[in-house]
Amino acid sequence: MSGVRVLVGTRKGAFILTSDGRRERWEVSGPHFGGWEIYHVTGSPADPSRLFAAQSTGWFGQLIQRSDDGGATWTPVGNEFRYEGETGTHQWYDGTPHPWEFARVWHLEPSATDPDTIYAGVEDAALFRSSDGGTTWRELPGLRGHGSGSSWQPGAGGMCLHTIVLHPEDPARMYAAISAAGVFRTDDAGQTWQPANRGLRSGGIPDEDAEVGHCVHRIALHPARPDTMYMQKHWDVMRSDDGGGSWREVSGDLPSDFGFPIAVHAHEPETIYVVPIKSDSEHYPPEGRLRVYRSRTGGDEWEPLTNGLPQRDCYVNVLRDAMAVDRLDSCGVYFGTTGGQVYVSPDSGDTWSPIVRDLPAVLSVEVQTLS
Amino acid sequence: MIRVVLPAHLRVLARTGSEVELDVDGEVTQSSVLDALEERYPMLRGTIRDHGTGRRRAFIRFYACENDLSHDPPDAPLPDAVVRGAEPFLVVGAMAGG
Repeated sequence: MSGVRVLVGTRKGAFILTSDGRRERWEVSGPHFGGWEIYHVTGSPADPSRLFAAQSTGWFGQLIQRSDDGGATWTPVGNEFRYEGETGTHQWYDGTPHPWEFARVWHLEPSATDPDTIYAGVEDAALFRSSDGGTTWRELPGLRGHGSGSSWQPGAGGMCLHTIVLHPEDPARMYAAISAAGVFRTDDAGQTWQPANRGLRSGGIPDEDAEVGHCVHRIALHPARPDTMYMQKHWDVMRSDDGGGSWREVSGDLPSDFGFPIAVHAHEPETIYVVPIKSDSEHYPPEGRLRVYRSRTGGDEWEPLTNGLPQRDCYVNVLRDAMAVDRLDSCGVYFGTTGGQVYVSPDSGDTWSPIVRDLPAVLSVEVQTLS
Repeated sequence: MIRVVLPAHLRVLARTGSEVELDVDGEVTQSSVLDALEERYPMLRGTIRDHGTGRRRAFIRFYACENDLSHDPPDAPLPDAVVRGAEPFLVVGAMAGG
């Protein structure tokens, strides 16, 4: 029988939540790597038993762990992320040049076809690739070396490359999103990159429609329609229908267009999900009511999803990597909160229930659909 | 035989007990002890010293014989009691963060 494995990264360890396809009864495994920050845990689509975890602390730095048995056992693999060539500088918060300095891995993106190939997005923003299952890592320096690189500036969370989207059909095309530089696209497998931010407007930068400098929080696409992309920006929910060539705002009737994650339904390319957050300084839901908003029209028109979610006194946040969907016939939607809850909806968002309520603050949620 | 005490998280990572015994070739210094430690336990590379610079990570401290050796030159000889194995070389996670 089919089932799901939910991979949860938290401030103090990783947890693995498993269920059969009904998604009603759950087994909880963890904490794995207790006490460490787990920014991301993810699985290889090409080999679902192969998992990767980005593990770090301020004391001991970065580790990458790999499991080849679905998370039962783990082995530390390569943790050397060395920038290629001359390190160079980006802008610091005060506008002065600051040398690129590795801090941590934010996001891991495995290849859809090769279990040994995986990409890592890191802080200070750069993209690395491993083609030996995480044993060694090499930077794709064309991104950081983009002409605008010296002008990139960190967001409040650091200058992180937090989202990597691999084109489902064209292996030469991928996207990377950086806070606070924006979206970049490559069409030659990462050798050269172009900004893909046309149409974005950000009030917090001197030139609000600048080519780079936007605080993009998350981008997503549906594999059946890869030229349509969705974005949750610092403020604004955006959509592109030309592979990131241009963007238009689809915030529509959302109560707030600030937020972090955005996700696309597994079977409906025009059905998308966001979690509105009150503001950039008030990182909690408007009115203390935790609502996922769903659009079945690819944006502009949104409906609140509240059934099973707390509708009073709720002041948690949902971070950018903490929402995911499964691929079962009735699409499951999942998200984790900074309050330690992981919620599941087995019916595309109509009803919700908590899988767990009291984990450490959730940093990331991924879902594997198992046959 | 050089005795090295690791912090709890690194013991888990290296799958070892609280104290590690190492043979160190040549002069016994912070560098030679850590080189021997990382040779035996390669998963510790990058967790005590930065990969690129080889410098002590900011929130790591080195103690021995009731002294903080963290700011000593990495190639300075360690105290004779550490060299003789009478006292351990302590790798400590600083009291910082949460």
